[in-house]
Amino acid sequence: MAARTFTINDQLISAREGETILQAAREHGIFIPTLCYLDGVSAVGACRLCLVEIEGSRMLRPACVTPVVEEMVVRTDTERLREYRRMIIELLFAERNHICAVCVANGHCELQDLAIAVGMDHVRFDYAFPRCDVDISHPLFGIDHNRCVLCTRCVRVCDEVEGVHTWDVAGRGADARVITDMRQPWGEARTCTSCGKCVLACPTGAIFRRGATVGEMERDRNKIAYIVAAREQRW
Amino acid sequence: MTRQILIDPVTRIEGHAKISIHLDDDGEVQEARFHVTEFRGFERFCEGRPFWEMPGITARICGICPVSHLLASAKAGDALLAVTIPPAAEKLRRLMNLGQIVQSHALSFFHLSAPDLLLGFESDPAKRNIFGLMAADPTLARAGIRLRQFGQDIIAMLGGSKIHPAWAVPGGVRSAPTAAQRAEIAQRLPEARATVLDALRRFKALLDTYRDEVATFGNFPSLFLGLVGPHGEWEHYDGRLRVVDSGGAIVVDQVEPSRYRDIIAEAVEPWSYLKLPYYRARGYPAGMYRVGPLARLNICTRIGTLLADAELGEMRQRAGGIATSSFYYHYARLVEILAALERISLLLDDPDLDSPRLRAEAGVNQFEGIGVSEAPRGTLFHHYTVDAHGLIRSVNLIIATGHNNLAMNRTIAQIARHYVKGNRLSEGALNRVEAGIRAYDPCLSCSTHAAGTMPIVVTLVAADGTVLDEVRR
Repeated sequence: MAARTFTINDQLISAREGETILQAAREHGIFIPTLCYLDGVSAVGACRLCLVEIEGSRMLRPACVTPVVEEMVVRTDTERLREYRRMIIELLFAERNHICAVCVANGHCELQDLAIAVGMDHVRFDYAFPRCDVDISHPLFGIDHNRCVLCTRCVRVCDEVEGVHTWDVAGRGADARVITDMRQPWGEARTCTSCGKCVLACPTGAIFRRGATVGEMERDRNKIAYIVAAREQRW
Repeated sequence: MTRQILIDPVTRIEGHAKISIHLDDDGEVQEARFHVTEFRGFERFCEGRPFWEMPGITARICGICPVSHLLASAKAGDALLAVTIPPAAEKLRRLMNLGQIVQSHALSFFHLSAPDLLLGFESDPAKRNIFGLMAADPTLARAGIRLRQFGQDIIAMLGGSKIHPAWAVPGGVRSAPTAAQRAEIAQRLPEARATVLDALRRFKALLDTYRDEVATFGNFPSLFLGLVGPHGEWEHYDGRLRVVDSGGAIVVDQVEPSRYRDIIAEAVEPWSYLKLPYYRARGYPAGMYRVGPLARLNICTRIGTLLADAELGEMRQRAGGIATSSFYYHYARLVEILAALERISLLLDDPDLDSPRLRAEAGVNQFEGIGVSEAPRGTLFHHYTVDAHGLIRSVNLIIATGHNNLAMNRTIAQIARHYVKGNRLSEGALNRVEAGIRAYDPCLSCSTHAAGTMPIVVTLVAADGTVLDEVRR
């Protein structure tokens, strides 16, 4: 496999052909924030947090789906990128009802970690305060749409790893919601195998174990990549 | 023309409020009102949440007594699961509630009320606060602050944080302290006990000086309500409801807390966000009752620990039986700290605390759950209904400060009649009115959790008593 040589933040990087900028950066210990990206499932470039600057291109590129190119010059930490990332996080907070203090994922939440990482000390936008449902009809799990950031990790992990595609997205724009089966209550979704992979994958407190109380939703999100690697006998 | 005297804001209480005193044509106090101007909305926005989250959410009602809400909410959750929680969980919850009583009562006595009592009601208001107390009596101030810290550290030992620990959950508690942590708390007990005994000694010495205040700070007959044990003993976490009148006669006893609506009803007035509960059988407003430390000591047959029972005996002797003056709330608070310290000492040695069984597992087995416990300020009710999956359908919270609302209004009127003369409000009179309220240690952030919009009157009054402006909404 051919090697590709390029720079990230003036650091000379060597990567395999076909690797993404995100993969190459992580291999070299360079931090690029991500939210929708999850090891073990396909990348969709939806959250835009991993946007990077590439010299010669006016457009910003999502690092998770942009392959490396020989001699490209990548910047991951410019003033412009920092401002955009903070704005994205603020918009995510303003879009739904995220109340960290009483959330089941408090202290174990990727959105919360990102807010801290990008220095979000307040939200400059008006909160939308949408009316969102909580569905705890499933005997083991629950979904609180107040805390969903529409990263679609649940959709991808259910489809690509468990292979049942219980989860999908319905509606558009601000009305978009992740749904189970044909928008039935989760407890009535016949395809769900109750495998719990969506619970493992969720970056926030949106999908949780039924009965969880404040801060109790600790999860090992790396398990998804582990399951995939084990199945493909890649280790 | 009637005149109005306004005290706004009322200081050294938890929350925001104002008081208006209405004078008649002859310049005599006609009536007084305690306006609570905060609005929270918890009963409304908790609708639709999974009930497992309720202890964590409702603990946020208050930063002073989060433990009280945590426990009442967890108990309502136990009722929804229809479980009896493991013995270790109940004892640990009791331990946390005792820590809460110590820290909250210490805050009320040493930080908020001691400046009035020890520096004097007529003293310079700029110095009549905890800092003035530190300057005047650094040893006492330090001991009081350390006593509160002791209570807070018990809460932190159990729940992981002093404020808003999300530790009690429907079915039990999340973790237990280690033997080493318990030993660390136990070795600090003697200092705490010495502090409260010293405070009791000083307070009793002051009672004669404050004979006027004892006679006028909410000194009137009323009912007293609270939880008692099966034999009428002092309770703080479980038990059944008892109502006693100011003559000491038991009006009603051993009422299951879940039947609270049989004996309590709530009235609403347009001038405050705080509802006015009353004893149903006597009607509104004749069914006025008081809750909290004074009520708990008035209704109980005995406390059940040595030192506290001796102090209770002396207090009853001084009061001539049932203490009807709200000035005695301070006294009762100190006796309760002592009782709590004695019970903490017993609990720390309890072998049940080593049990790994801390949480009962169950699904939703009841659609209605009522959790009642004694908060430092009085009996706290959390009443939830849920759907088949456990999502909250309705929430009703009755909070200690609410129970005392009628009595607080009556207290202000009584103090005003005694100390407000003519058109002028002296500093001492003003402060006594505030201090009358402070005797109840009201927590307004807690008590105005309710939903709905009620009109509020804001009145601007000049120094000479003329009403300059009045806004109604």
